[in-house]
Amino acid sequence: MSRPVAVKIEGLSKTFKTGWGKKYKVLSDLSLDINENEIFGYLGANGAGKTTTFKLILGLIHADQGEVSFWGKPASDYKNRSLLGYLPENPYFYSYLTAFESLDFYASLFDIDPKTKSERIKELLSLVGLEHAKDLQLRKFSRGMLQRVGVAQALINDPKLLILDEPMSGLDPMGRKNMRDIILKCREQGKTIIFSTHIISDVEAICDRASIIAKGELKEIIDIDQIMESQDNFWEIVCQGKDFKMPSIAENDFKKIVSGNRVILTTSSKDSAYILVDEVKRQNLNLISFGPRRKNLEEIYIKSTGQYIESDHKEITR
Amino acid sequence: MNKIAAIALNTFRESIRDRIFYSLLFFAVVLLAFSMVLGNLTLAEPVKIIKDFGLGSISIVGTLIAIFVGIGMVYKEMEKKTIYVILSKPIARWQFLIGKYCGLSITIIIEVVVMTVLLFILCYQYVPQIPLSLFYAIIPIYFELQLILAVAFLFSTFSTSFLSGMFTLSVFIIGHLTKDLKMLAQSGDDVVFQKFANGLYYFFPNLENLNFKARVVHNLGVSLPEILFSLLYSALYTAVILLLAIFIFERRDIP
Repeated sequence: MSRPVAVKIEGLSKTFKTGWGKKYKVLSDLSLDINENEIFGYLGANGAGKTTTFKLILGLIHADQGEVSFWGKPASDYKNRSLLGYLPENPYFYSYLTAFESLDFYASLFDIDPKTKSERIKELLSLVGLEHAKDLQLRKFSRGMLQRVGVAQALINDPKLLILDEPMSGLDPMGRKNMRDIILKCREQGKTIIFSTHIISDVEAICDRASIIAKGELKEIIDIDQIMESQDNFWEIVCQGKDFKMPSIAENDFKKIVSGNRVILTTSSKDSAYILVDEVKRQNLNLISFGPRRKNLEEIYIKSTGQYIESDHKEITR
Repeated sequence: MNKIAAIALNTFRESIRDRIFYSLLFFAVVLLAFSMVLGNLTLAEPVKIIKDFGLGSISIVGTLIAIFVGIGMVYKEMEKKTIYVILSKPIARWQFLIGKYCGLSITIIIEVVVMTVLLFILCYQYVPQIPLSLFYAIIPIYFELQLILAVAFLFSTFSTSFLSGMFTLSVFIIGHLTKDLKMLAQSGDDVVFQKFANGLYYFFPNLENLNFKARVVHNLGVSLPEILFSLLYSALYTAVILLLAIFIFERRDIP
């Protein structure tokens, strides 16, 4: 059963001027539907256009073309922003306010009655684990603590839609786990969540669907469950030595990714894989691993964008 | 309305937690103290010197505060990226701007009130009565400060703090000189200069219209309709500048 559409993006384009009349296209003709009550991953390298998309949705910048709506209501009307909560990348707040004062201030920008407001602030401080620091000025907060204030302010109006820009960036492993838990809890409560990231494992772990964006263009929309269940296998050979030369007979069938001093070779058939292993031996390189693998988001990402991923951190780099 | 009040309150809180405000207020106190020394040194009535110097201090320090707080009003929000969270809430940009303006306007009222009280206390030391006539000069000064604040605010919506400061200071200086410049041009034969002076006179706010200081101090007589006209002129000018600022800010991208 298909879910109703929560966010509809139609033909969104944005060009920035970069001084002296030069123009730079950041987003071209983006169309995307995000369904109600799903966790939608917005995957792309730094500078791919993720934050620009969010700023367009929020009306912080104006689109050259295209429209955005939430549950059929135009995003251009500021009143409809009462439906959403937004966590910017590396959020910045007024450093002279305490955590409590900040949340109280942001709550006052919504039509929330005082009783609900104070209950909500208390509840959120406990959710993000900041009760002990509620009377501390934000200038004394660490990066991770500020991120938690960011989450709390994004949830202050109990939004139907949550837009999170790189919510995991700069967090320690525990912080990342907490953030994932909060996102999953929000879905349980019926909220729709869009979050951008350049870390593939975050998307695989919690998203229902994900889109891949590169150089301002939408490359692919992926159903994460389908990939996880797919029997679409391939073979992977990892060897040491970036000077590996591809055998000319099989260039079409192989894919080569260089990561540091290692080369990752992938191919679709077992026979081709054996040819490659022989080639690694012939070139006197050190074979690290060899075997069949299930197709995952990483491969889809590489295929659709042509960008490789640092396998140590699973981070996309350009 | 509640949203504008929330922004105003937060802006006010920010400005009174800012060191610049206190350092300027300290500067004001020093100036007033200096006026007392100057008063004692003159042969004429010392209270006149104190009044003259005191009103000048309120005007200068007020202008500096209006410029310092006004230029950072929007630009600082963008530079520090605090604006993203605010404008992602259901608040219109004009509400944000008016809220910020009101918050800083309250800051300026407080500055003027504190300095006025100090000036009255000083005057009382020499002539034991409250010099209420000074309000004929102080209220126009307050309106002038609102106008300067609006100018700083307008520049702040599209340029950096430094440039906004320079521009606003220029408007302040030109605004006080255009009347004299126009008179000077009319006394000569240079047509180009006359046109130039006229252009400046009609384009920039005529801040001398709000300067009643000397006339009040020396009891030269000030008519109420004249003051009211000046206040109305200033209020209208302020409103137009604020509308222009909103017009620009509504259309710009928050990068």
